[in-house]
Amino acid sequence: MCGIAGVIHRDGEADIGQEMVQMLQAMKHRGPDSTGYALYAPPTEGIVIRFKLADANDARDFEFGERLERHRNEVEARLGKIGATVERMEGDTEYAFRARVRYTGDIKALADYLEDVPGCEVLSIGTSLEIVKDIGDAETVAGMYHLGGFRGTHAIGHVRMATESDVDISGAHPYWAYPFSDVAVVHNGQLTNYFHWKRRLERSGHRFQSECDSEIIAVYLAEKMAAGASLESAMKQSLDDLDGVFTYVAVTSDSLGVAKDEMAAKPLVLFESENLVVLASEEMAIRAIIDHEIDTYDPYEGQVLVWSR
Amino acid sequence: MAEGSSQRVTYDARGLSEPTVETPKVSQIDGDRAVFDAGPLTTRQINRELRWLVYEEGVHDVTITNPGAKHSLGVAILTRCTITFEGSLGYFGCGLIDGPEIHITGRVGWSFGENMMSGVVVIDKNAGSLTGAAFRGGDLVVKGDVGARTGIDQKGGTILVGGNGGMNIGFMMQRGRQIYCGNVGPGLGDSMYDGSIYVAGSVKSLGIDCVEAEFTPADKEMIDRKFAIYDFGTPPAFRKFTCGRQLWNYDNLEPSERKLVL
Repeated sequence: MCGIAGVIHRDGEADIGQEMVQMLQAMKHRGPDSTGYALYAPPTEGIVIRFKLADANDARDFEFGERLERHRNEVEARLGKIGATVERMEGDTEYAFRARVRYTGDIKALADYLEDVPGCEVLSIGTSLEIVKDIGDAETVAGMYHLGGFRGTHAIGHVRMATESDVDISGAHPYWAYPFSDVAVVHNGQLTNYFHWKRRLERSGHRFQSECDSEIIAVYLAEKMAAGASLESAMKQSLDDLDGVFTYVAVTSDSLGVAKDEMAAKPLVLFESENLVVLASEEMAIRAIIDHEIDTYDPYEGQVLVWSR
Repeated sequence: MAEGSSQRVTYDARGLSEPTVETPKVSQIDGDRAVFDAGPLTTRQINRELRWLVYEEGVHDVTITNPGAKHSLGVAILTRCTITFEGSLGYFGCGLIDGPEIHITGRVGWSFGENMMSGVVVIDKNAGSLTGAAFRGGDLVVKGDVGARTGIDQKGGTILVGGNGGMNIGFMMQRGRQIYCGNVGPGLGDSMYDGSIYVAGSVKSLGIDCVEAEFTPADKEMIDRKFAIYDFGTPPAFRKFTCGRQLWNYDNLEPSERKLVL
């Protein structure tokens, strides 16, 4: 089933970490397997890299801790070798890390070099984007990664009921649009031409972190935008190119958009005011952060809506 | 949990089970009227409170405040009474009802009024997809817009929509009437067997075996009457759509079989 949610404040910063926790926790029944957040802080000069070196449910052998330490040091060393200056590196869990670095080189080269470290998976790279995802409900994951105090301008989130790939961090949403910075996607539905698009994008040089069909959307959109398309036009084109039933939310450093397939088979409810847009698979998630009476509506089939800050 | 109850939760992957299902009995009752705040209550508590009021306390007019878009509220009420939800409902609201008059001041989510058998429901704002699925009788009035597949598999009654409709309105509809004051999406009346759909605005496309039919004085009389009852003002001009009966395969059926199917 899965649940998706998003919020964009068009007039400044807000407690988007806490807002997303409340919205996603209200939809826990739609997906108890894992929870993920893509949070956008105001852009900075440096970049933030979120990466993991293992999964929460990996077997803990006798060398687990030592191996993680070795691989973490290797990541830090490689950052130096590729020309990135590490300003800060911290671990929220024993296997997931956040690095703030100064780097002006090629993002793909950076991501590929880091992912060559055994067990390393880059979850996001961006000047404002940070993707956090792990096994557990919204409050559990937010507690592990200290997201309650995160302030920013917009965010998306996902609660997952695993159907087509494993219950692990790689299978959790949101997906970063590797190798393009600051683009992320959450998705509810199934893509039936997944393998077609995966092969096509792999032939173009993209790699995929998971076996999950949703990851296709993120890379598909980012490739279109890298070729000059706007987020809105890329999303409209996706309605023709992607088969299946889906509602997805895509985000960049300054915009948030939603697309619904031609069959309107997956739900989404929207609240829109001059300075705030909130959307979710269920209205009760929207009402988790808005305490007064509001008017909401459902987008129609084949509809693409984009809001910018 | 009540003493002596054998109810036991053995697996609760979502962490949402409600093993304690006591009726809260928090309503303020005044004669045959009652009001209670649904805000702090769970879905099961709200429904148990509502059933306790109308079935055991003899209350005929219940107002429920702060429903908070919770799912499955007001289902399976099988007696004549008046219920007002001050706010919005989530998915699967007011399904399987037979007799009540229900007023919702907000919006409703997907699959509202599923399998409704009789009574009247008036929704002041929008309704999601699959509104009135397998709807059997009564009047279901939505003053705003409705989503895709509204009245799918409808078997009777009237769905009156003040705004627009989505795609596949009246998909596999078998009986009854749907009236749209606004526009409707593609695939109108796809694979419908019988019944009538009236549209005042534009129709993006007709579904398979849906055709435009003559708008008769009887149609006008029915629409005028519904507009008067629900205070919809002066009816605009409508077009009528029915089944073209090219897909019908019932001619070879015995009458008893046909009755079963329809």
